[in-house]
Amino acid sequence: MENLNLFIRSIFIDNMIFAYFLGMCSFLAVSKNVKTAFGLGVAVTFVLIVSLPICWAINHFILVPGALTWLGEEYADADLSFLGLIMFISVIAALVQILEMAIEKFTPALYNALGIFLPLIAVNCAILGAVLFMQQRDFDNAWTATVYGAGSGIGWLLAITCLAAIRQRLTVSAVPAPLRGIGISFIITGLMGIAFMSFLGIKI
Amino acid sequence: MKISKSLLPLVTPLSKDNPVIVQVLGICSALAVTAKLEPAIVMTISVTAVLALANVIISALRNTIPTSIRIIVQLVVVAALVVVVDQVLKAFAYDVSKQLSVFIGLIITNCIIMGRLEAFALNNRPWPAFLDGIGNGLGYGIILVIVAFFRELLGSGTLLGCQVIPQWCYEHGYANCGLMILPPMALITVACIIWVHNRKAS
Repeated sequence: MENLNLFIRSIFIDNMIFAYFLGMCSFLAVSKNVKTAFGLGVAVTFVLIVSLPICWAINHFILVPGALTWLGEEYADADLSFLGLIMFISVIAALVQILEMAIEKFTPALYNALGIFLPLIAVNCAILGAVLFMQQRDFDNAWTATVYGAGSGIGWLLAITCLAAIRQRLTVSAVPAPLRGIGISFIITGLMGIAFMSFLGIKI
Repeated sequence: MKISKSLLPLVTPLSKDNPVIVQVLGICSALAVTAKLEPAIVMTISVTAVLALANVIISALRNTIPTSIRIIVQLVVVAALVVVVDQVLKAFAYDVSKQLSVFIGLIITNCIIMGRLEAFALNNRPWPAFLDGIGNGLGYGIILVIVAFFRELLGSGTLLGCQVIPQWCYEHGYANCGLMILPPMALITVACIIWVHNRKAS
């Protein structure tokens, strides 16, 4: 029940885009067509689901103060938390690289559809952001971390697909010239954010 | 005004080639830290420092980095610099560092940094790369400060934590606009800046 609540919250209320603005760059750059947007969303969700439990384990067994006790008593007061950022970003970059190779080997069609955006997932703030929030919120087990990753990823997928669908329609509407392109996308995202605020207070 | 050619990398990012509103990079943090002016200024200084140093380091190493692993090398250099900034802020500005929370760590994945490293530092000598880093950092900072100024003024009636809207205004029925502090208004404020900027440019 706790996990279901976390899942729903991370999709609708703590949405990566509308509440924290994470992953905005690729969100704005790739949302011109629904199909690519959906593909990127699925890839981001997948990376989140895989990387969160791994980073949780690293944080829990290596980084937090006293985590190294399993190596022996003399390591009990080691505090490696300052290494967090470097460890997390290396894990994410390596995971994305492995994922890229696996997708290329097993589903070449998806690989071609995603193109350059696949390696760029490594620098998508939504992934590192979710890992840092996971560290900050101090989840008790890897399962909760996975649920949080899945929820954040699906929230991101939902946001980018909606924006892409709206932007496809925008090509036929009369937008003031100075706002065309990036300006109107900002306003639409803002309005979608206001719409998503109506989910505030949902509790299961 | 005539600007010598060597200073161009420093000046163009301020308005004509602004990283946030023209190149559309680094939006995430530009929006998230601008509810108040003080974190926005601290964020500007941190990003400018990391960007300038990372540009110099990558530009100095540009002939030795193999192309196939350059993203990982860049990430490691930037991550190391961000760890230093994070520790410095924790030591000297603990309150602001708490307010910025994960966004200091997210400087690593700030697209401005990766974008400038890829587009500029890999093909230029260290000194122009340094100027480009400072210029883009300040260009990012200008937008942050403008957005934070309006959001803090209209949303909380304060600037840098000091009350600027006098008490009698509130007594005559003026109220702070709570919506300005919430995330969606950051996007709309940036859209207004883009509107004014494009209007001027055309």
